[in-house]
Amino acid sequence: MAVSTSPPADLSAALVLEPVAAADWLVILPVAWCLAIGALLVMLRRPIGLHPFIAIAGLAGLVVIDGLLLHHVIASGPVTMVMGRWLPPFGIAFTVDLTGALFALTASVVALAGGVYSLSDINDSGRRYGFYPFLMLLMAGVSGAFLTGDIFNLYVWFEVLLISSFGLIVLGSEREQIDGAVKYGFLNLVATTLFLVTTGYLYASFGTLNMADIARKAEGLRGTAPLMTLTALFLLAFGMKAAAFPVNFWLPASYHTPRVVVSALFAGLLTKVGIYALIRVTVMLLPVEREELSFVIAVIGALTMLVGVFGALAQADFRRMLGYLVISGIGSILAGVAVGGPGGIGGAIFYALHSMLVMTALYFASGVAAKLGGSFSLSSLSGLYRRHAGFAAISLMLAFAVSGLPPFSGFWPKVMLVKAALDIGAWWLAATLLVTGFLTTIATGRFFLLAYWRDTAGGQGATDKAQIPATILLPLGVLTLLTLAIGLYPEPLLATIQSAAAGLSEPSGYLNSVFPGAAR
Amino acid sequence: MRSVIFRAVAPFLTSLMVLFSIFVLLRGHNEPGGGFIGGLIAVSALAIYGIACGVETVRRAIYFHPMAIAGAGLFAATIAGLISIAARVPFMTGLWIYPSLLGVEVPLSTVTLFDCGVYLVVVGAISSIALSLEERGGE
Repeated sequence: MAVSTSPPADLSAALVLEPVAAADWLVILPVAWCLAIGALLVMLRRPIGLHPFIAIAGLAGLVVIDGLLLHHVIASGPVTMVMGRWLPPFGIAFTVDLTGALFALTASVVALAGGVYSLSDINDSGRRYGFYPFLMLLMAGVSGAFLTGDIFNLYVWFEVLLISSFGLIVLGSEREQIDGAVKYGFLNLVATTLFLVTTGYLYASFGTLNMADIARKAEGLRGTAPLMTLTALFLLAFGMKAAAFPVNFWLPASYHTPRVVVSALFAGLLTKVGIYALIRVTVMLLPVEREELSFVIAVIGALTMLVGVFGALAQADFRRMLGYLVISGIGSILAGVAVGGPGGIGGAIFYALHSMLVMTALYFASGVAAKLGGSFSLSSLSGLYRRHAGFAAISLMLAFAVSGLPPFSGFWPKVMLVKAALDIGAWWLAATLLVTGFLTTIATGRFFLLAYWRDTAGGQGATDKAQIPATILLPLGVLTLLTLAIGLYPEPLLATIQSAAAGLSEPSGYLNSVFPGAAR
Repeated sequence: MRSVIFRAVAPFLTSLMVLFSIFVLLRGHNEPGGGFIGGLIAVSALAIYGIACGVETVRRAIYFHPMAIAGAGLFAATIAGLISIAARVPFMTGLWIYPSLLGVEVPLSTVTLFDCGVYLVVVGAISSIALSLEERGGE
């Protein structure tokens, strides 16, 4: 028993003794906030009518917290908080640099949009089933993964978001959904197990799990520890999470089965968590090994892009096509990781953020299209332009954005990636990026032509003007406006991303934040 | 189950086990025990009661829905971490107070609150699973 009269000991060697500034709490607050609100929603079982409002207020609060966090990180560099005031590497550290803060903020915006969209997509039985608690706990996992500075803790957050995503994907318990959920669940469990095994292997070699500590020690261990094996295993585990070729097949098999808002959130958040972890581990922790493996990553990236876009061309179902476009985007990000350097990494981060916004918006659009046209299938979907011209315009903008055409957010990361690839002489990678963009334009154009411009075969009654509820139009419109705004005025974001990429390849700020005065 | 002996003994057994689970929860700070194992003991108590007297009786006896109990536990654990914001120390730092209750010093801490949260999460989650399994297996 701890007794109030225990003798004083020298605690400064083990504990953080200086008081913590209130602003540093922003590091942990996104996770604690989501957990607290998720727990509150689990407790409130009867008044399910209140769920959406509490959850949306909670997600709006999360956007504010993440915005303040990004502002804090821009102003004063990476921030660290260790749990239970134990000093790193023994205390679990939450360390936020620009990359983590940018991803967390974008994720919270996507989740808020999903929360608003869900008002008209999730009915009472979905609410009773626990959509909103699952959503908040999913966001706790996603935020934790983006903000943690400890690789085992990263695994824990992967588990948290995986369990919540299982709950979300079977929402409704239809036969098709269970089928999708089994494929999704099984492959993700394999990937997570591989991640855990690799983390154990890493701990055996390094004797530490703190990311800053690993980055610091990697140089000294390069001669003796199997770092190459570790990097390859991490690449496979995170590649599976991110749906990179050849472990991409689970995504199109499962993403078209759940509710529209669930697919939208998954497309915006889950694969990006995988790609974030890949960037964090290969670029910051094991940079030399990334350089060695860069050709392999580049080939994987190119194949992922092509497989994705050819899959998209072949699909006749709106949501399946979008699933393949998600994969193709992952390929572009991998190309950036392979090229490396400020241009490549910056391009990869920018593309990931753009893809989070645009893919979520596109899934929303598929939901609206199904609502207006009565189907996700291209063979019966038609005449959408006549029904709602404004919605058709939004869809066209999103199609441009996902293809990487100006003036939308997809253009700038593509430019950065192509330029970075050409700078190191990887002309074939640059060519693949451009061809993929071109083929994406054809795939989305084909959809636009058939679903929007084609006249409905049966009679005039089917071409009536339709109304879209504000709860759908608002999140869709806001996400589209965001991609347009980023495309038209990319400078501030571009500057932030460039310093984020610099902070990843030269992590002295990160190291200094965890171990003051330790880095060069 | 139809055995008269079992049905007569089950309530006493259940109350003893719940009492023991709370004892295990509280001694867990410095000795073997704690919220997780205490919670499991409490769930086995509820499971025995359910086998003896039926799931409906258990649901009425615990009053709250098992998932609501789990939610309360998660909430308590999060709050236990957030209390340290007031003391200007990092998240999840153990903080102690020593109030005197009837002349006895009672050490209370955020660690205990966290452990109680774990206890409730385990009780809620596992009993939710156990009760629904018993419900379906019974008929």
